[in-house]
Amino acid sequence: MSQLEIKDLHISIGDKPIVKGLNLTIKPGQVHAIMGPNGTGKSTLAKAIAGHPDYAITGGDVLLDGQSVLAMEPDERARAGLFLAFQYPSEIPGVSIANFLRAAVQARLAEGEELDATGYYKRLYAKMDLLKIDRKFTSRAVNDGFSGGEKKRCEILQMAMLEPKMALMDETDSGLDIDALRIVAEGVNSIRAAANPPGILLITHYQRLLDYIVPDHVHVMWDGRIVKSGDKSLALELEAKGYDWVKQELAPATA
Amino acid sequence: MKPLSDPDTATTLTDEAAANPVAGIDQTKGDFQYKVDYAFDAGTGLTEDTVRYISSVKKEEPWLLEFRLKALKTFLSKPMPTHWATKDLENIDFAKIRYYLSQGQKPKRSWDEVPDDIKRTFERLGIPEQERKFLAGVEAQFDSEAAYSNIKEIVSKQGVIFVNSTEGLREHPEIFRKFFGKVIPTGDNKFSALNSAVFSGGSFIYVPPGVKVAQPLQAYFRINAENFGQFERTLIIADEGAEVVYMEGCTAPKFSTSTLHSAVVELVALRGAKIQYITVQNWANNVFNLVTKRGVAHEDAEIKWIDCNIGSRLTMKYPGVVLKGERARGEVLSIALANDGQHQDTGAKMIHAANNTTSNIIAKSISVGQGRSTYRGVVHIPKHLKGCKNNTECDALLINTNSRTDTYPAISVRGDRNATQHEASVSKVSEDMIFYMQSRGLTEAQAMSLAVNGFINDLARQFPMEYSVELKRLIDLEMEGSVG
Repeated sequence: MSQLEIKDLHISIGDKPIVKGLNLTIKPGQVHAIMGPNGTGKSTLAKAIAGHPDYAITGGDVLLDGQSVLAMEPDERARAGLFLAFQYPSEIPGVSIANFLRAAVQARLAEGEELDATGYYKRLYAKMDLLKIDRKFTSRAVNDGFSGGEKKRCEILQMAMLEPKMALMDETDSGLDIDALRIVAEGVNSIRAAANPPGILLITHYQRLLDYIVPDHVHVMWDGRIVKSGDKSLALELEAKGYDWVKQELAPATA
Repeated sequence: MKPLSDPDTATTLTDEAAANPVAGIDQTKGDFQYKVDYAFDAGTGLTEDTVRYISSVKKEEPWLLEFRLKALKTFLSKPMPTHWATKDLENIDFAKIRYYLSQGQKPKRSWDEVPDDIKRTFERLGIPEQERKFLAGVEAQFDSEAAYSNIKEIVSKQGVIFVNSTEGLREHPEIFRKFFGKVIPTGDNKFSALNSAVFSGGSFIYVPPGVKVAQPLQAYFRINAENFGQFERTLIIADEGAEVVYMEGCTAPKFSTSTLHSAVVELVALRGAKIQYITVQNWANNVFNLVTKRGVAHEDAEIKWIDCNIGSRLTMKYPGVVLKGERARGEVLSIALANDGQHQDTGAKMIHAANNTTSNIIAKSISVGQGRSTYRGVVHIPKHLKGCKNNTECDALLINTNSRTDTYPAISVRGDRNATQHEASVSKVSEDMIFYMQSRGLTEAQAMSLAVNGFINDLARQFPMEYSVELKRLIDLEMEGSVG
């Protein structure tokens, strides 16, 4: 049972509280979308769970398979099965995607265990075929000079190769035109359709991504908390009424 | 002769070295010392007598003794170059250095004949194994003299000469004298003068016209004694249309006192010849490494320096090429890694002296922690020439916020018939980049070493396989130690 439990989580940047008591449980294979206006703490939530040093967790807990990840280094969390697809992935000049992924796969092996290079490339090529990625792609340096769409495809390829238990996808749709969005969404859907799919937390500002990656649950985040949850129809309602609708609906409660 | 204290056990200076006996040129690997009995010892300090002692044990001709004594005067009269270079140079105490130590002047031709106390050092460094695997010839210098020197028969049959400098002077004076001290005159700088006064060891190579040496020739320089100064002198001549690749490696144990290494290397590539000179310097971090390296490329000739500086306390080294004949090409590919307590002051010189000559400089430096790297370059293209081209790229990578890098490029291109381009960049391994890699499961140290290897990747690919693998392993090791 690979599930992610976020319990009454509080996150600050410096002295400023950003996430103020957030609860969410994601079961294996489920896709949860978190929507909300800019500045409500969506990306903060994803980065803090992955262990970014700039974000301080001031209360609550995050459990993966019942184990708290908060005391772990970012790389330990990754090896435990967490994956963060970045909104702005870093460039690593001079390091090819193939070598980078190889190092990441090697890091998951027990000490002294050698990576089977033939098996690795076989698996890499199978994943690339699945995601309809050209073979030449992996000889390029990680994200170096990539278009927005290429960067996001690179993230999806890494997710496919590393086979996480839980993937946090931070604004995967940002900076993509409609064609690039469709390609990236197809990639995510093929990972969903494969055996043992990861749980996915999809963070997005816009409904349009959810036309392509259909979520099981939709949550609306506002001022550091989840204020409304529903199924995919909630996303459509939000699209139609705008975030002001949430604000107004909340107004009496917070007044 | 000094008494021996248990000659059968090595003094291992760190536990790490003992725990890590794997093959490879890494810092801990060179950090050990076996007790050695020196038959020849010039004592401590530098006087005329020191120079006379060295010259007499080598049974040199009078002209050479004169040459050395004149060089000593030049050395003593020249000031330290501290007006532009680091003040750390003032910490060298020339009176406390030992200038000549050896067991004898004649290197052995087979490893079986090399005395056990010296042989095991080179065995531990993996030299005989490398020789069998991929080298055409090897010279292994231990303190002042080569303990072993051999060249594969197939290569010597082609007329290739590969001996140490003493032997070269004695047996091939007609070639040696013609080129010796011509590329780098005694008074070039204070340390070339010092080397000219007390030089010992180093390689003399002559490749006859049209001969292309298929495998590299290698020299390995080992400092074993404390308070020692190693002053090898290398002269490589590739006759018309000849080709040769020379590689040198260097290590020393870590002593509590400083050690001096001050070599002079002269290359001559005659018409249409090609010389490639590869250095992987991994001195212990108490070694002052002050080396003068220069080559002259005649018509259609090519000289390429590949220079990797990873060890030492202070390295000052700017390999140069004088492009003397038309269409000559010069290239310097330089990688420097400065860790805590190290200063890598490296660069390149390209002196264009004929039409249609081209030069290329690519220098990459990495500063870790408090490490400091400096690039100094000189490119000179005078006005009367035409069709000359230079490309200079220097890239610096900083690992921590307190690392330091400086770039001093001096490019003087006169006239309107020549072209140069210069690019420089400074980048940092950012926290976000490290976090990105960590979020894929790499540890912080793995992430840093991947970033550094990526930074030098395009240069390292031009190295012979064996060396690029060693370089990568070495960087991994350096990065491991740099994560706090």
